[in-house]
Amino acid sequence: MKELTYREMGLTDHEYNQIKNILGREPNYLETGVFSVMWSEHCGYKNSRPLLREFPTEGPQVIQGPGENAGVVDIGDGQALVFKIESHNHPSAIEPYQGAATGVGGILRDIFTMGARPIAMLNSLRFGGGQDARVRELLSGVVAGIGYYGNCMGIPNVGGEVYFNETYKGNPLVNAMCVGLVRTDEIALAVASEVGSSIMIVGAKTGRDGIHGATFASAELSEKSKEKRPSVQVGDPFMGKLLMEACLELIKEDLVAGMQDLGAAGLTSSIAEAASKKGRGVVVDVSKVPRRETDMAPYEVMLSESQERMLIIPRPGAEARIEAIFDKWGLDATAIGQVTDDGIFRVMDSKSVVAEVPVMALTEGCPVYVRTAEEPEYYERCRTYDMNLVPQANPQAALKKLLASPNIASKKWIFSQYDYQVMTNTVIMPGDGDAAVLRIKGTRKGVAFTTDCNSRMVYLDPYQGGMMAVCEAARNLACVGGKPLALTNCLNFGNPEKPNVYWQMKHAIAGMSAAAKALDTPVVSGNVSLYNETSAGAIFPTPVVGMVALLPDIDLRCDMAFKQDGDLICILGRVRYELGGSEYLSVCHGLETGAVPAVNLEEERSLLELVQELVKEQIVQSCHDISDGGAAITLAESAIKGKIGCHIKVNSHGARVDGLLFSESPGQVVISAKRSDMERLVQLAVEHQVEMRTIGTVGGDEIIIEDNDIEIICLSVQEASEIWSGAIERFMK
Amino acid sequence: MKFGVVVFPGSNCDADCYHVVQTVLGHEVDYIWHQQASLTGYDALIIPGGFSYGDYLRTGAIARFSPIMPAVIDFANQGGLVLGICNGFQILLEAGLLPGAMLKNRSLKFICDKVNLKVKRNDTAFTNQLRVNEVITLPIAHGEGNYFCDEETLTALRDENRILFTYCNASGNEGVEYNPNGSVANIAGIVNRQGNVLGMMPHPERCSEKILGGMDGYSIFASILQSFQEAGR
Repeated sequence: MKELTYREMGLTDHEYNQIKNILGREPNYLETGVFSVMWSEHCGYKNSRPLLREFPTEGPQVIQGPGENAGVVDIGDGQALVFKIESHNHPSAIEPYQGAATGVGGILRDIFTMGARPIAMLNSLRFGGGQDARVRELLSGVVAGIGYYGNCMGIPNVGGEVYFNETYKGNPLVNAMCVGLVRTDEIALAVASEVGSSIMIVGAKTGRDGIHGATFASAELSEKSKEKRPSVQVGDPFMGKLLMEACLELIKEDLVAGMQDLGAAGLTSSIAEAASKKGRGVVVDVSKVPRRETDMAPYEVMLSESQERMLIIPRPGAEARIEAIFDKWGLDATAIGQVTDDGIFRVMDSKSVVAEVPVMALTEGCPVYVRTAEEPEYYERCRTYDMNLVPQANPQAALKKLLASPNIASKKWIFSQYDYQVMTNTVIMPGDGDAAVLRIKGTRKGVAFTTDCNSRMVYLDPYQGGMMAVCEAARNLACVGGKPLALTNCLNFGNPEKPNVYWQMKHAIAGMSAAAKALDTPVVSGNVSLYNETSAGAIFPTPVVGMVALLPDIDLRCDMAFKQDGDLICILGRVRYELGGSEYLSVCHGLETGAVPAVNLEEERSLLELVQELVKEQIVQSCHDISDGGAAITLAESAIKGKIGCHIKVNSHGARVDGLLFSESPGQVVISAKRSDMERLVQLAVEHQVEMRTIGTVGGDEIIIEDNDIEIICLSVQEASEIWSGAIERFMK
Repeated sequence: MKFGVVVFPGSNCDADCYHVVQTVLGHEVDYIWHQQASLTGYDALIIPGGFSYGDYLRTGAIARFSPIMPAVIDFANQGGLVLGICNGFQILLEAGLLPGAMLKNRSLKFICDKVNLKVKRNDTAFTNQLRVNEVITLPIAHGEGNYFCDEETLTALRDENRILFTYCNASGNEGVEYNPNGSVANIAGIVNRQGNVLGMMPHPERCSEKILGGMDGYSIFASILQSFQEAGR
């Protein structure tokens, strides 16, 4: 293997000098490699750490906040949810199938490392727009890769989102979220505990794949990125499944003191992380690590990102039992070192010391950069864009165009490639409600999950867009009947060294923090993915929110389908006619501009409480929030799902009709309810101080919308359904 | 009645089948680890879905060499009831308990969906709670469910009335457009000559409870219980 310079490993001259100062000498080649991966953005969060401190992370429901492999929230009865979202963007850009598959494998390991059995997967994907062969290739590969890993592991993939936009061309985003269920007394943490404890590596053997993956993930993509294909790991879900079953057996038998998965930066990172938690040191002998290739140098063993491996610190005397369990599953379990008390990360190759650095220098010692933030030129220009310049499109034609937009159309082409039913808990299936709902066997409880981010809004106004992402996630969960508990986020941005990008990060994080505080949904885990840029520029800032909720009674839930002829349709929340950042402007006018509709956190909070109450009292027959495409799309989707039409009568009072139909202003939900329940509905809306207006009725075979008694839309549900259902399939042909 | 659910490395619907037998049917059930070599005291076996041995080489091709398989074959040959679901069906094919082979889906993609099935016979241990030509809805989730056999075998399957389920539309009409994977003769499930071994691609264990959106799968398990009772065992 050709030797790399420290610069090629991603270290700056300044950082290299810092390392020399710490060691009091020149680092050797292995030590340089160890520092370079530990000090990469991916492992060390050196550009994002100061900003991340702003997130609220506490609450009575939080059992474990950021800092572990995943966050943990209490759901009562001695049970907790363990969850996290993580990116695998760069590998997927180069090798979509394996890149996405190993992204799923990695996030699954993060969850069962905590002792939890994974119960659901979600994802959030972004691809380039337009008719582009590479986009189709990436989408096919990523979806197949996600399915390959998750389906084989037997973990249902129950939800997610996908958007297409030119800024992701060449730099797609692949974020995978996993949720696990654990007994609160069985939560495992990554702690190196007692001095003298042995350290075991378990699972697959170590090969040469994925060396420097973490470094690769922390740089911009370029023409040369294809040469980094060896940095992309190769996944084996069968091995992942065996590893999961074996690890969960260890937890059940209480055999482990600490467990840490081998993800980014492999053995190096997992050992350093485990040791640093209690200020311990470690000594490992690389010659003992089981390998699948010959003649591997210590450097390669320490930096390999071979998949399906785990680090285990056994309880004293448990080694033999651990080996027996792994033997049952046909996997290796090998002691490779010990926890020490000297605070040193020491790597041996049999008898000789090949690396010796202070543990803290690798973790806490990672440099932190507060970058310069500068408001980009576009911000003011877009914010003050004069909507009067935009002509009104024909409402019916616009609705059809929006239904056919891949950003709005049915995602069945994608989710039908994922097993979303295995484990027999999925009660609201993908596409049927605003969030996925799963039952918890043996209880009355249900849980709901969603991932959300409208990155166009974040781009136009990072603060409002950041709030919007959190609010939409919470609203989606409330619509199915869930009480939002906490969130995880995946912060996908461009190069933070560029002041405009850093400005986006700073404001988006501030917005998310404000909303998370107001809605009492603390951030318990997350991941940062920076340098999402190609020569064409940065991606839209995409801080994806993954949120979880609890349904105290699984029978009290709601989906989005209109149910019954004669039911009344109402909009809850303050109706506004704002078109800034809407899909309508993009699809019908080719514009991505405008003032982003402002979030009102007080109103949002009241709305969420009202909607939860309505579902709990089973007053609503359907519940669907207004988001991409506006009210017209929300109504059309409820009609398509219910296979029944609706008759809407509104009055724009001279305001823009397209604003009325297609505004994506947050804080609004469309519900349908029986006439006999209207009285109670009004009473509750008044109690919660939420605006409410009745806009029409369910029934017939058509979606009819009248403005001031003039019919502006009349589309058969059948036709709407055909356009909406087949759009992505047509896009893929 | 006592059920056994055979677990191979990579099985992933084992817990779902176990749950249905124990919690929904209220009967006794054990997991049977693939390295066990004998089977005693079971009235019915379920070979669950999943990706045994990662589906490496060919679906079911490695599982059929597991130590438990000779015992499963003996159990079947002695008339014991064996239900192979999805990967379980694939294993039964590889083990020679059922004829034919499985190809990749026509679309070359994994498919998770709900499909309509037509019940072709109700005089079996697996369908006595259903009506002939009744249309039932069951979930599918597979990448290789494109059942294939040669003409001769197909003729035999037809002549011997061994096709239990075919893919169809909501009104019971069969046709390529209602066949999700391209299987020959729209086959979704077949039995052996004696009628005690069923292999099927759809997952009855995923719709045996109202909360999951359907009870059609329950009818298949209820049929097994009924036939066991009738046999007076």
